[in-house]
Amino acid sequence: MARAEPRRNAADMAPIGEPDGGIMVAVRATLRRDLVLLLRGRGEVLNPLVFFALVITLFPIGISPDPELLATIAPGLLWVAALLAALLSLDGLFRGDYEDGSLEQLLLAPQPLPALALAKVAVHWLLTGLPLALMAPVLGIMLSLPAGSYLVLALSLALGSASLSLIGAIGAALTVGLSRGGVLLSLLVLPLYIPVLIFGAGAVQAAIQGAGVSAHLAILGALLAVALIFAPWAIAASLRISING
Amino acid sequence: MWAFIHKLGSPKWFYAISARLSPWFWAAAVLLILAGGAWGLAFAPADYQQGNSFRIIYVHVPAAFLAQSVFVAMAAAGFVFMVWKIKLADMAAAVMAPLGAGMTFVALFSGAVWGVPTWGTWWQWDARLTSMLILLFLYVGVIALRGAFASRDSAARAASVLAMVGVINIPIIKYSVEWWYTLHQPATFSVTSRPAMPMEMWLPLLIMVLGFYCFFIAVTLMRTRSEILRRESSKRWVRELIGEGR
Repeated sequence: MARAEPRRNAADMAPIGEPDGGIMVAVRATLRRDLVLLLRGRGEVLNPLVFFALVITLFPIGISPDPELLATIAPGLLWVAALLAALLSLDGLFRGDYEDGSLEQLLLAPQPLPALALAKVAVHWLLTGLPLALMAPVLGIMLSLPAGSYLVLALSLALGSASLSLIGAIGAALTVGLSRGGVLLSLLVLPLYIPVLIFGAGAVQAAIQGAGVSAHLAILGALLAVALIFAPWAIAASLRISING
Repeated sequence: MWAFIHKLGSPKWFYAISARLSPWFWAAAVLLILAGGAWGLAFAPADYQQGNSFRIIYVHVPAAFLAQSVFVAMAAAGFVFMVWKIKLADMAAAVMAPLGAGMTFVALFSGAVWGVPTWGTWWQWDARLTSMLILLFLYVGVIALRGAFASRDSAARAASVLAMVGVINIPIIKYSVEWWYTLHQPATFSVTSRPAMPMEMWLPLLIMVLGFYCFFIAVTLMRTRSEILRRESSKRWVRELIGEGR
């Protein structure tokens, strides 16, 4: 507690906010800052959604407009396209902060870096994964996805994209210091996405076939739990490597 | 115990001890692979279903074993490097990655060649083939990440983190792919339904697996030695050693 002493003095001189921020204060500040930044520059939020819609448009053109054929491949298509859209948005996750130096401030902060990284990932999911999940049913209609699976599609995407954001953030943190990290990022991250894809698309398939979906969703939740335990530490370690290198 | 580990972490000491060890591993690898190969390819009885084509198992299975073990070994070396900052561990991890990727490719390729007479196709989205393919991508990712960094230390730490993340994911990927496969299983012949292997087929396979492991250790020792010379080229003992050689 010897450390708290000079801090309180500094706070007396400049009474801004909390004198000694705990984890929650820092996490809340990071959440707020990232949300504001992303919502002001709308492109970063909207582009993945447009990309998602565009890729889904390509498939009927490339394969066939036949509704029956589309309906059979729709779960996989929607999931793969959403996964790629989430992947594309990952490159910007730490890039801006890295370029303007605020990432270094995050590393220097007295609060644990894994918690702050988790806050950044949470914002990424909130503004990428969640909108993709909400948009997917609309695109599902266009691919004549059988009725009754729309809720499962949105739910599985919402759950799964949280894992995607967490796993992808490790790759984004590892490549943020590299000038051309984009393709490398996909190379690192896509193999790790496969379990999420299997169970996410599997949930939608099961819903179409009338089988129970709770097992799939439970496994997606389990994957998310594992990612929540391990990923923040891996992200923090990777960020330190990228900044020091 | 700690003194021993500390000593083992010293490149100079490792260079000396590996010089004494590696000929034994080379000899064991050559003997075991020659013996197992001759036994398996020439003397083991032909499979009653697959005929002689089953003999590719004597390359395929050891390569597949090694492909997975090398990744685990690489991640373990990465862990040692990250925790205790032993540079030697990173040198070993760096030289293991291409070997592991090569073994994965050999396993995939021999699997494809084996698939032609048994399945009638080069590729089948079989659970094990698919997870091997993903393993190959993981290897390529680790190698590419290491190559992308300008600073050797950053590259080493980044590759270590990725190898550890990968090794946590390998069982998850493996089981999810198996689960996916059983869900979509096509109505074709499967290798797993083959009856248990008789002893005279199984023993040469065991010898081949041991031989491949010895080969892996021998190659890793040899390549780590050259990596030591490359990275420590400014150290006095390396200069003296090279000066002697001239």
